[in-house]
Amino acid sequence: MSDLALDRAAAVPSVAQERVETPFRRFVAEFAESKLALLGLGVFVVIALTAIFAPWLAPQNPYDLGQLDIMDGRMEPGTVGGAGFTFWLGTDDQGRDMLSGIMYGLRISLSVGAGSALIACFIGASLGLLAAYAGGRTDSLIMRLVDLQLSFPAILAALMILAFLGKGILNVVIALVLVEWAYYARTVRGTALVERRREYIEAAHCLALPTRRILFRHLLPNCMPPLIVVATMQVARAIALEATLSFLGLGVPITEPSLGLLIANGYEYMLSGKYWISFYPGIALLITIVSINLVGDQLRDVLNPRLRK
Amino acid sequence: MSVYMLRRLLQAVAVVFAMSLIVFVGVYAIGDPVEILISPDADQIERERAIAALGLDLPLWEQYFVFLSKALQGDLGRSFVFNEPALRLILQRMPATLELAFGATIMALVIGLPLGLYAGLRPDSPVSRTIMAGSILGFSLPTFWVGLMLIMVFAVQLGWLPSTGRGPTREFLGMQWSFLTWDGLRHLLLPAINLSLFKISLVIRLTRAGVRETILMDFVKFARAKGLSPNRVIFVHVFKNILIPVVTVVGLELGSTIAFSVVTESVFAWPGMGKLIIDSINVLDRPVIVAYLMIIVMMFIIINLVVDLTYSVLDPRVRLEAKGT
Amino acid sequence: MNGTAPPTLEVRNLRTHFFTRAGVVKAVDDVSFSVPRGKVLGLVGESGSGKSVTGFSVMGLVDPPGRVVSGEILFQGRDLTKLSEEEMRDLRGNRIAMIFQDPMMTLNPVLRIDTQMIETVLAHARVSREEARQRARDALGMVGIPSPEERLQSYPHQFSGGMRQRVAIAIALLHRPELIIADEPTTALDVTIQGQILAEVQKLSATTGTALIWITHDLSVVAGLADEIAVMYAGRIVEHGTVAEVLDRPLHPYTVGLIGSVPSRNRRGEPLRQIPGMTPSLLNLPPGCPFRARCPRAAEDCREEPPMREVVPGRDVRCFRPHLEAAEEATA
Repeated sequence: MSDLALDRAAAVPSVAQERVETPFRRFVAEFAESKLALLGLGVFVVIALTAIFAPWLAPQNPYDLGQLDIMDGRMEPGTVGGAGFTFWLGTDDQGRDMLSGIMYGLRISLSVGAGSALIACFIGASLGLLAAYAGGRTDSLIMRLVDLQLSFPAILAALMILAFLGKGILNVVIALVLVEWAYYARTVRGTALVERRREYIEAAHCLALPTRRILFRHLLPNCMPPLIVVATMQVARAIALEATLSFLGLGVPITEPSLGLLIANGYEYMLSGKYWISFYPGIALLITIVSINLVGDQLRDVLNPRLRK
Repeated sequence: MSVYMLRRLLQAVAVVFAMSLIVFVGVYAIGDPVEILISPDADQIERERAIAALGLDLPLWEQYFVFLSKALQGDLGRSFVFNEPALRLILQRMPATLELAFGATIMALVIGLPLGLYAGLRPDSPVSRTIMAGSILGFSLPTFWVGLMLIMVFAVQLGWLPSTGRGPTREFLGMQWSFLTWDGLRHLLLPAINLSLFKISLVIRLTRAGVRETILMDFVKFARAKGLSPNRVIFVHVFKNILIPVVTVVGLELGSTIAFSVVTESVFAWPGMGKLIIDSINVLDRPVIVAYLMIIVMMFIIINLVVDLTYSVLDPRVRLEAKGT
Repeated sequence: MNGTAPPTLEVRNLRTHFFTRAGVVKAVDDVSFSVPRGKVLGLVGESGSGKSVTGFSVMGLVDPPGRVVSGEILFQGRDLTKLSEEEMRDLRGNRIAMIFQDPMMTLNPVLRIDTQMIETVLAHARVSREEARQRARDALGMVGIPSPEERLQSYPHQFSGGMRQRVAIAIALLHRPELIIADEPTTALDVTIQGQILAEVQKLSATTGTALIWITHDLSVVAGLADEIAVMYAGRIVEHGTVAEVLDRPLHPYTVGLIGSVPSRNRRGEPLRQIPGMTPSLLNLPPGCPFRARCPRAAEDCREEPPMREVVPGRDVRCFRPHLEAAEEATA
């Protein structure tokens, strides 16, 4: 052994004994490097909790007509209403407390966004895996579909589907799933094509493991990092798209207003200067989307091995 | 060149057929075709007559054939609401949409390229960080809400610009355009900004990434070794290289800009194709919906072709390959 | 050599360091050499030895986080490290030219050859566009490119690698520079093309009196081309001398190893020797001779940095235990 190598070995501090570095811990540490991403994560957790516990947190149930008073309609933010509590964000034309409306709207927006992203993820990832694993005709058929899907803007495809199916939460979810599955399929196929040539897959083949097991227990876990990144970003996209569709009057029904529909409801009052009916739901939507995107951005940086030094 | 073009054309035709099939299945198989194609106001006798006239008693593949042959003759049905050929209706609205989409694209390039260039050349400066943070915001902001905010600030609060509509138009090439009158331009400004917001962010990101990548290339160092001025190195050597991907993407995005104008047109009551399709969906004027979809598909395919051609003009390497094959 | 005339380039104690987040990389650490008019200096070393950074330092093209920390770069008596960027740009491509390693990458793929040549002419000479074009045409002819007028209107991808390198050389020659720095210009080329280019360059430097720094990792290239050789290792010049002396009687153990690892006609059948170990990382290099970990002659005193010293008249080497036996044998 040369003395240079000895010098080097001595120079390395023995951190390894103090704390075992697991991949998960490293991931958490790297994620936490960006304060902005942490902030995004924090904000998103608060938003999600607000949405989940809206019925207990909101001052008013905005869809219980018994609690509404038309006399409270279009009140400015900060006014005290007939029921005795303050409308911090004002009221809409029906006398609904906007704060409560937003909390309930978040429930719809988040569940439609996350739900459609999950279903699309499941379908897309399965098809992507299948394409990568089966290859040949199956692969080219699936990928042709993906290309076709991706060559049309999401909003157009969603409009088309809703034009055929009509309004309704379920139809919006179907439209979002049909619009988004292709992103997952493309991502998973790309990664899976690289991974399936690795030795551990060959080893699994040599052990004669069943195909299903190889696909889901061996191949899929290794495709997870890019899938997680895409899924995060797609949740934000789904929420924005749902809001857009609802704003256009093609999304959720008036009885279950998401943030987009709340904004649409305030549209006509905006021209007369009653900004808050549209403004605050928009801010809520914006904060939600930005926080998810911040988390997604950092996830992409941390999970992308190409960017790692 | 010709073989390459021919292949691209054949691909395009194949996509048109595929899409016509999808639209057909959408209209005729998923929905109730009677409800879709016959005005809901029609009475029983009219309905039956219409069903026979439309050939809805024929087997599905024959119906598709009829649909296709009519479509090929430019007959995509008549609007229930306007009682005009759907195709003509859409073509009338097209200039307004094109004007908006082109306005937004130009704005995206004019604003996005310099900002992206700056952010790429000085990636660590505070200004660059602000630009990049702004571009994240541009990606995240829902278009329709930004449109509302623009109206609120510039039309309602400040009163500088008109909130909705297209303003006076002037005829040019047989079509009506807003950008030829001062007041028309004022009407165009807010919707164009609204529609361009996403594209600006996109152009910034593409340009920045392109600059960061190109600046490391040997030919940039060689250009500097030749004693060229920094301006020439950046604006000729670097810029011409990044222009290729940026123009490609922005060109390809023109289609999605046209599609997304649906939202902007609805917010600003801009009388284009997008407003028409939303109104049509809301009143179930299905022939217009079908016609719109088919026209958009054609548009996409034409845009893709044009971008491919432009690309080959800008990038000599592609031109040669195209000639070779 | 040339009497009292100052050499075209004289580099004294040059240090170029890169200040990275992980630490300081001393890419060039106390390098001195000189190149007289009309002579060729072969700068030899493995990749990462700092030879390219030396070239870029002379050109004033070291980019952040790197910079020239200290030392002098005297070009015809003027210290280039003291010049403003503006003054440097006047020299670049004009009095000092550079040829890069990969001809596929050095020409801008989206600009025509004439654009890339004419802009170089116009950057340094107040001539008309037509005149500039004429000069470009002449330069292409000079490096042996047939039908230059037609070639001017081509794009780089329409040329072969060898042709592109000729174009790059033609660009370097446009203003008849006093100094050309060639950074492995033939490495990416086929052997036959390599030979042609070498012959071409040698002829040019002999006829125009241009001084040439030829950076390479390939000893066989400099053997036939250079007048002097400087061997670089870990950012330092470890041995310096004329081609014949260094190649026939290497003094530094690293040079000995380098020569031993080149296949040669004279030693057919003998196994090739190789230098054990790897080039050290220049990041936070420990003090002492950087070669000691791989050196068969290393001893305790090698923990200190050996200075550059003249061990045999006219032979500089940076080693406490040079292969003097060989040198003595030869002189004896």
